[in-house]
Amino acid sequence: MKLLEAENVTKVFGGGLLNQRRTVAVEEVSLSITEEKPTITALAGESGSGKTTLARLLLGMTQPSAGAIRYRGQDLAAMPSTERRAFRRQVQAIFQDPFEVYNPFYRVDQVLTIPVRKFKLAASRAEADRLIEESLAMAGLRPEDTLGRYPHQLSGGQRQRIMVARALLLNPKVILADEPVSMVDASLRATILESLMKLKRELGISLVYITHDLTTAYQISENIYILYRGAVAEMGSVDQVIKDPQHPYTRLLISSIPLPDPDIHWGGEDELERKAQARNLSSGSQGCKFANRCPFVMTECHAKQPPLYRTNDDRAVACYLYKEHPVVRGGEMANVLAT
Amino acid sequence: MATETHETRTVGEANAKDRILDVKNLRVNYQTPRGPVQAVNGVTFFLRRGERLGLVGESGSGKSTTALSLMRLLQEPAVIDGGEVWLDGKELLHLPEEAMRRTRFADIALIPQGAMNSLNPMMLVGEQLRDTIRAHRFTDTRAAIDSRIQEVLESVDLSADVMHAYPHELSGGMKQRVCIAMGILLTPKVIIADEPTSALDVVVQRQVMETLGRVQKEIGAAVILVGHDMGLMAQFVNRIGVMYGGKLVEVGPVRDIFKDPLHPYTQLLIGSLPTLQTKEMFKGIAGLTPSLLNPPSGCMFHPRCPQAMAHCAVEIPPLVELKPERWVACHLY
Repeated sequence: MKLLEAENVTKVFGGGLLNQRRTVAVEEVSLSITEEKPTITALAGESGSGKTTLARLLLGMTQPSAGAIRYRGQDLAAMPSTERRAFRRQVQAIFQDPFEVYNPFYRVDQVLTIPVRKFKLAASRAEADRLIEESLAMAGLRPEDTLGRYPHQLSGGQRQRIMVARALLLNPKVILADEPVSMVDASLRATILESLMKLKRELGISLVYITHDLTTAYQISENIYILYRGAVAEMGSVDQVIKDPQHPYTRLLISSIPLPDPDIHWGGEDELERKAQARNLSSGSQGCKFANRCPFVMTECHAKQPPLYRTNDDRAVACYLYKEHPVVRGGEMANVLAT
Repeated sequence: MATETHETRTVGEANAKDRILDVKNLRVNYQTPRGPVQAVNGVTFFLRRGERLGLVGESGSGKSTTALSLMRLLQEPAVIDGGEVWLDGKELLHLPEEAMRRTRFADIALIPQGAMNSLNPMMLVGEQLRDTIRAHRFTDTRAAIDSRIQEVLESVDLSADVMHAYPHELSGGMKQRVCIAMGILLTPKVIIADEPTSALDVVVQRQVMETLGRVQKEIGAAVILVGHDMGLMAQFVNRIGVMYGGKLVEVGPVRDIFKDPLHPYTQLLIGSLPTLQTKEMFKGIAGLTPSLLNPPSGCMFHPRCPQAMAHCAVEIPPLVELKPERWVACHLY
């Protein structure tokens, strides 16, 4: 059974009367999360890649311009209010900055008591307290260290884990985590990622992990989408995509990661890219979005955007270098993922 | 980059004449409504000519405060309440304000954190660069100034046309390059780069860091790179100083810090870093960063240290040179 599903979603901003410049933030992306086996799917890309817009689409916070987002087979756009309420409960989000979510004048308890009240999770005060304490423990926090405090009295890692606890209160099926560790220190980053993996392992919750950091994506997820300017450049099993990247963009990205090892030097693909930039080919809007940075660019790359080619069972690459492989049609994109 | 870093790494032991910067027992304190906070608590280190030193630490470890106090750029309520900063034979902390102003950018320059926001949005880039030169060299002609600016912009891989642009017309990477250009405009001896690429994407980050490394070598300046990204440190610096709770707990060559860390905090920090080589359960460091308002007794790290001994809660371990090039502040040694 498909739990959360995006089918060929496209989101265009602007293009109206007031803002005539159209920006395609997300272009024909499909994704699906099944109920049977919890997974972690990473949506990775740099700023402007459309990863956050895709997350907002999946949360129903914004409507797709084309395509559909479905929860348990129901289109979010046409969902009756009772089911929408269930969706709002079962699909939770954790955001980047654990400070902005809090009201500095209220104790942190407030972010936990509001969902209990809104969703009528508890019949009594005592039951509410028990629920809150349980979910804090699951997120690796001691209630006595956290409850009754103000946001500034907690560390960034604690604030972020309270957001995990808040999501857990609602007993969700899916959690979308948008850059949950980009604002916390290295020593806490590992702790938070560890608690996210525990959610999958112990509670059977699937995660969509939105990040620009391919290293942590590699560590925690099974599947990955590499987004470039709104479109999928490469997708599939994280081991294949990270260990053996095929799209020239993925290769550039991975070679640019500053690895914490002085013996493994970054760079390599860069010289090629610089040569490509020097040629300064103008890429028409209909061609491959990476064409003007691509060291392997061919004439066809400027003519038409490449489809995804399925280079093996659980990986697909949107690049004409792989055109001898079968084409993955939009709706079939999700089938490429390892389950 | 590989060969060049290797050469610098094999430079022999400390020789006072090699040193461009000597920081001795630096102390900085913040007056907060809830009492004084010793943000930097007796930091001692040196910087060799032309070398790249990384200052790493968690937020609140004092790394940025240390870097900014070298240039005396801290503002109230921060007060430097002790120590000496020797830049090429000149002590900076007791220099009159006007002499210090002339030293900034000419001898010791800053590439600030979040370069996006450090340029004046109302001024053309060229005008901001001209101001930097004019503040130091009153006699230069406009033509001489502009030709220097063009030269520097080209050296950071920007076109000279950037002079006629406003900051908002540039991308993040370009703005960061303008800040590097401003930093090297007067060929300083020391460049302090405070998380210079924290807001940039990885590809742009690498290109900007490569540019910084190249121009630094060209002008022969030494760099202090401040940050928390251990990957960036591994790729860029020759030596690393690890800060914790306002103190340096370990200083050593970059390869030693990554391959053979001595201080338990450094060991846990290196162990917490995810890599692309192996998929394993990486672990965080248990416990919280120390409260500087109410700091622990003895070693700042003892409450979180898996190897803590009774003695650690009593006495503050000094930073000692355990073996050539390796400094550590820990009672284990």
